[in-house]
Amino acid sequence: MKRRSEEIFFKSLMLISLFIVLSILIGIIAVVIARGISALNISMILETPKGGYYLGKEGGIANAIVGSIYLAFGASILSTLISLPVALALQKEYINRHFANFSRLMLDILWGTPSIVYGAFGFIVMVYFGLRASLLGGIIVLTLLMIPIMVRSMEEVIRMVPHELKEVSYALGTTKLETALAVVLKQSLSGIVTAILLAFGRGIGDAASILFTAGYTDYIPKSIFDPVASLPLAVFFQISSPIPEVQERAYASSFILLCIVIIVSLVSRFLVRHFSRHIVR
Amino acid sequence: MLSRKLKELSSGIIIRFALIFINFITFFIAIVLLLKSRPILKYHKISELLLSVNWHPIKNEFGFFPFIIGTIEITAIAMILSVPLCILCAIYISEYAKKRIREIIHLTIDILAGIPSVIYGLFGVIAVVPFVKVFGNLIGVETTGYSLLSGGIILAIMVCPVIISVTLEVFKAIPQPARESSLALGTTRWETIRHVLLKSARRGILAAIVLGFARAFGETIAVMMVVGNVPKIPKSLFDPAYPLPALIANNYGEMLSIPLYDSALLFAAFILMLVVGFFSLLANITLLKIERGGV
Repeated sequence: MKRRSEEIFFKSLMLISLFIVLSILIGIIAVVIARGISALNISMILETPKGGYYLGKEGGIANAIVGSIYLAFGASILSTLISLPVALALQKEYINRHFANFSRLMLDILWGTPSIVYGAFGFIVMVYFGLRASLLGGIIVLTLLMIPIMVRSMEEVIRMVPHELKEVSYALGTTKLETALAVVLKQSLSGIVTAILLAFGRGIGDAASILFTAGYTDYIPKSIFDPVASLPLAVFFQISSPIPEVQERAYASSFILLCIVIIVSLVSRFLVRHFSRHIVR
Repeated sequence: MLSRKLKELSSGIIIRFALIFINFITFFIAIVLLLKSRPILKYHKISELLLSVNWHPIKNEFGFFPFIIGTIEITAIAMILSVPLCILCAIYISEYAKKRIREIIHLTIDILAGIPSVIYGLFGVIAVVPFVKVFGNLIGVETTGYSLLSGGIILAIMVCPVIISVTLEVFKAIPQPARESSLALGTTRWETIRHVLLKSARRGILAAIVLGFARAFGETIAVMMVVGNVPKIPKSLFDPAYPLPALIANNYGEMLSIPLYDSALLFAAFILMLVVGFFSLLANITLLKIERGGV
């Protein structure tokens, strides 16, 4: 009897905690969506801030939306260019096991490093090169932030490629590069795209790293040396305003940001399901 | 023939170069931060920097103690609130829930893990801060709501997806026969969980908690939005605090005219990187071992 009641006690404890955690997390999304939609309108999305915007007059956050997309796209491309070779290099054809493991530990440290540290580091580098807060600076810092996320998930799929398959390819006389392109990349393509999207989602939402490096502006940048606005910082700056109309815009900005992140996340999951059908296991 | 060899050779060089670049950048960040914090280490002892409570940059007094205490306390609150909940959740999802429900919850948790921290911060400002204010007034404490407790609650919410998701992976790594042989002896599910699963998943769960800790320790924006940012040692849960990441975020890049100030802030960044790097390394090594050798 005691055993039964213990089972029931703990099971209900678990159910209660599951309920608490899920309802809080889903509650957050619900609150942001509810407050965001009511604050949203077309001119918010299509217009850049006009005069008196920060006093509650008209204008929108197009500068932040476009800025965020520039930043995240730029950084995704740049970090894919670095992460893909790194993930390929971690295979055993290229380097020995010990150095691969050492590199993984270094990546773990990078993965854990708080984004504010990247921000501070990025600012030092920019000051050294005489750059001011700009699109370029933001992209470089976000790239650093994205690399460990990308490499880690790319490597996971690349490691899943069966070794026999690679051996078959090598037996035909291919070079490592040819096998990597024709077999490994083809087999793990869906995972690689997922890794890029995952990193994109992280990058577009990160505020602390671009706080000093990307700056903030009311205009859409014309060159990579111009400062750039971004959605996370738009939320951050506007919510601290004492004027209710401006705070409303923080809700709208966070709603747009949340939509982008969730859509990217769902698309990446769909891609995995859709493309993993043709993979040889 | 020649061009194939050439391609192979050049791609090999590029690939290895990228790998070396990654290894290099980790050291480079740490070394740059250390070099930049050298001026302050020259004029102040480390013990003085870490243990003094006087933070008056204009008077050349840099005591990080209030910030360090703030960071530790806020992280501790977050862990106390979230760890029991998360582990109970993960056990339920992995051991009791049906496959379909398990998949749906896992998907939800994964999506939640990707939500930007500024959105958690926004939720904190809209919901948690007023809640803490009302709660504080109810038990007779004057508070604005922007407090240690608010920061702790927000962090607790933020680390939940991380801890749950890693714990689920750990439970997944336990071989099915371990459960079956215990259940075959006539134990209840809970007894199997307590005596078999929790015992073999012990290290993995610890690693999950440490990963959550590392995430909480370095979190900047969300905490900064709700914690009040007053550089004093908080006396109660309802007092404002000022964690290290918020200190850097609020002041770096602006106050560089005060001598040694930027050096002090970069020293703070160095501490953050050191602590968080150490703990996430520890957790990842443990998880790697579990992945390799079963549990």
